[in-house]
Amino acid sequence: MSVEVRPLGGIGESVKRKEDARFLRGKGNYLDDLTLPGMLHMAILRSPHAHARIRAIDTSMAQAAPGVVAVVTGELLAQHKLAWMPTLSGDTQAVLATDKVRFQGQEVACVVAETRYQAEDALQLIDVDYEVLPAITSPQQAMAEGAPLIRDDKQGQQDNHIYHWEAGDREATDRAFASAAKVVRLTTHYPRSHPAPLETCGIVADVNPATGKATLYMTSQAPHAIRTVFSLVAGLPEHQIRIIAPDIGGGFGNKVPVYPGYVVATAASLLLGRPVKWVEDRTENLISTGFARDFHMTGELALDHDNRMIGLRVSLLSDNGAFYADAQPSKFRAGLFHIVTGSYDIPAAHVTADGYYTNKAPGGVAYRCSFRVTEASFLIERLVTNAALELGIDQTELRLRNFIRPEQFPYRSATGWVYDSGDYQRAMRLAMEKLGYEDLRREQAERRARGELMGIGVASFTEVVGAGHGAEFDIMGLRMFDSAELRVHPTGKAVLKLGVKTQGQGHETTFAQIVAQELGIPAADVEVQHGDTDNTPYGLGTYASRSTPTAGAATAVVSRKLRDKARKLAAHLLEAAEEDLEWERGRFFVRGSPERAKTIQEVAFAAYTNLPEGMEPGLEGVTYYDPPNMTFPFGTYMVVADVDRGTGQVKVRRVVAVDDCGVRINPMIVEGQIQGGLCEGWGIAFTEQITFDPDGNCIGSNFTDYLLPTAWETPEFETYATVTPSPHHPLGAKGVGESATVGSPAAYVNAVIDALWPLGVTNIDMPVTPDKVWAALRARGVGE
Amino acid sequence: MSAITVTVNGIEHRLEVEPRVLLVDMIRTRLGLTGTHIGCDTSNCGACTVLLEGEPVKSCTMLAVQADGRRLTTVEGLARGSELHPVQVGFHEEHGLQCGFCTPGMMLVAAALLERNPNPTPEQIRWAISGNLCRCTGYVNIVKAIQHAARLRADAAQPVAAGGAS
Repeated sequence: MSVEVRPLGGIGESVKRKEDARFLRGKGNYLDDLTLPGMLHMAILRSPHAHARIRAIDTSMAQAAPGVVAVVTGELLAQHKLAWMPTLSGDTQAVLATDKVRFQGQEVACVVAETRYQAEDALQLIDVDYEVLPAITSPQQAMAEGAPLIRDDKQGQQDNHIYHWEAGDREATDRAFASAAKVVRLTTHYPRSHPAPLETCGIVADVNPATGKATLYMTSQAPHAIRTVFSLVAGLPEHQIRIIAPDIGGGFGNKVPVYPGYVVATAASLLLGRPVKWVEDRTENLISTGFARDFHMTGELALDHDNRMIGLRVSLLSDNGAFYADAQPSKFRAGLFHIVTGSYDIPAAHVTADGYYTNKAPGGVAYRCSFRVTEASFLIERLVTNAALELGIDQTELRLRNFIRPEQFPYRSATGWVYDSGDYQRAMRLAMEKLGYEDLRREQAERRARGELMGIGVASFTEVVGAGHGAEFDIMGLRMFDSAELRVHPTGKAVLKLGVKTQGQGHETTFAQIVAQELGIPAADVEVQHGDTDNTPYGLGTYASRSTPTAGAATAVVSRKLRDKARKLAAHLLEAAEEDLEWERGRFFVRGSPERAKTIQEVAFAAYTNLPEGMEPGLEGVTYYDPPNMTFPFGTYMVVADVDRGTGQVKVRRVVAVDDCGVRINPMIVEGQIQGGLCEGWGIAFTEQITFDPDGNCIGSNFTDYLLPTAWETPEFETYATVTPSPHHPLGAKGVGESATVGSPAAYVNAVIDALWPLGVTNIDMPVTPDKVWAALRARGVGE
Repeated sequence: MSAITVTVNGIEHRLEVEPRVLLVDMIRTRLGLTGTHIGCDTSNCGACTVLLEGEPVKSCTMLAVQADGRRLTTVEGLARGSELHPVQVGFHEEHGLQCGFCTPGMMLVAAALLERNPNPTPEQIRWAISGNLCRCTGYVNIVKAIQHAARLRADAAQPVAAGGAS
């Protein structure tokens, strides 16, 4: 066999993406691109009210409308015990409302018709008689005396309270505060936002009437877990369910949960014996599917006489909407929020959290976030900046003084996390150098003297990602491992099958590079497959920056397993002892005789053609990897902003981002993740929010009202790296998908507060819109 | 039903459509050109952008009958056979796409921009794509991708320019 010399595309190379080829030509395969023979179309009638009792539903006119095949109501589903479904947080959620509607946009009835246009037409003909009830739009209202009971469907539920949860040590924290020289307080609301992937959610349900097999094409970030959930909920045998997640047009956590539309479309296909497609329109996506945040937070930071942080106390009110449907796998009610001590060595901390039902859409942990680490990072970084400003010391100095030091790793935090590795000082110093921090502080002083408003924002975040170790993290009992199956064909080409599922992160390239690194097969020769539960090993899916920490590790381990077998084969081919063979990427050679060598391609051929006595043919394997711990990426972001005294407009002049996500497998893709996250973080800080009027009408139900950042107003981002490997990950990698949305909002807001602090402005809640800044300036007599 | 004739990527189609059918639905379901996407229904996101007589339009807010007798280009019409359009090359080289959903609209806007302004400034590029939303990539790499395409076009034009053509 002749072997051409080709670039390997191993770890650390910015290999151009394989998946681009189809997307560039308009040949992607997204859910809505799929058309099956005989396929019907479904549309959903949604509640116009936030809270109302359903007196009656008349579907007779809709049933008779042109093209309509079926109209599905909650009453019909109830006959099949499908009117309600369990949530991933142990609650129940209405599939189609039977008794009451509990948020605006809740699913009430579905029409299945020959075309989408006909289905939408027929929705207008359904007559629902509502008795409107008072709406609750905040946890403060939800807990008030005499508040209407939202979940009267739940036996024993007397009020709107969902959970109370605590972490850390209350007494130790109280003692720390009693001895503090300075206590800094901050109350802020992390507003409700929405992941808003450009592709909405959808399904094509195809239940084969002959075999009973349900093939469900679905925009799912977690196809295997969803298959099991479907099996448990619907009582279908799991081998009769095949979930195929095709190309996904962005997810950001929005495509993790099971939505009522998926259930109804599947039931409709089962009952009608034809494929049924349902794809949300944008308003449906924004008003009904997994939102993010909506967390009311009060933090107190205690410092001693040396400006050392000695205690942190946090209380939280969580607005969970009408159904408690956090899609998060931890045993902790507030997700991973108790990472809130962040990058700092704070010996005592205590967190209390209370969740409440409101008449708003359910969801709560999505949007490029590892289960509420985003809220935690925002709170501590805002607190630390306010502490520095109150104490009159530099923001970087207070941080450098209190960072966990490199020699303290592995570091056990006051709330129980064991951080794997970090060098926070190094990341911050690099950010300061790249920004020109000292010069900018001087410029700020000069501008201030002239009455100008310029601020420098700093945030030094630490994340907790990569869920997780199965002992503490599971979905309905399914441990949060992940998997990789690698098959090397006789000609030395390979196929790698994953339990995770890309939504744009570039898995088809990155994971091929891991195989290239570990097994020496060029990345171009490794095809990565994912998303089809009949064709890939079981995995828990892609979210919470977990693919590289879990499936990336599994890919490395399975590649090494195959290399071990390849060594035996090479020894056989070279008639040498295994221990006399040396490995360099792509070939084995006899120690001392580098010309006596066999390439991995030659070895692969031998695995099918020329085996030693007793060896099983083939070169393939599967690995399930349950990580020993989470990984803890970190970094320092710095933002320079100018505030217009007259209009309140904030202009972000510079953003410097130093990220440390451990070893970078494909630096180009890593940088791409950070660039995208910094842009989304800008949106969260300055424009994105979903609010409600007193009647519970959703404001932010389309892209005219829910303002996503565009190319016009967003700044350039300067990105840099430090590399502190994870000691427990086989490749030293940590995961990076969410770092920038976690870390950057605080940096943006801190820049504005740094600019306005001399005027007495200590906080502006996100989004920091011009009208809020303008009001803060006017209240202090500026710009009149 | 209305009878219309549209030329899409150089191929003439004669169709009977309901007057209310959106142009994007005609392109996707009648012509099977699924590279044109639907992202928002309100003209904000630009995933449905196509070129109408060479100019970008949002096909989710236009009726199919309005395209009668006119010439459309979709993402499927960008490449010439196996030869990619410079914009497609630029997006690949500069990592200007991740999930790929906004990419067809972004590339068509970029191609139209470069037709009328072969050497745009970053600010001109940002203004040109400000009607197209991207959620994964942000805009820094997309701007680089379009600059890359501009360089490729300039390089390709070089011999002609050296020969004295304008």
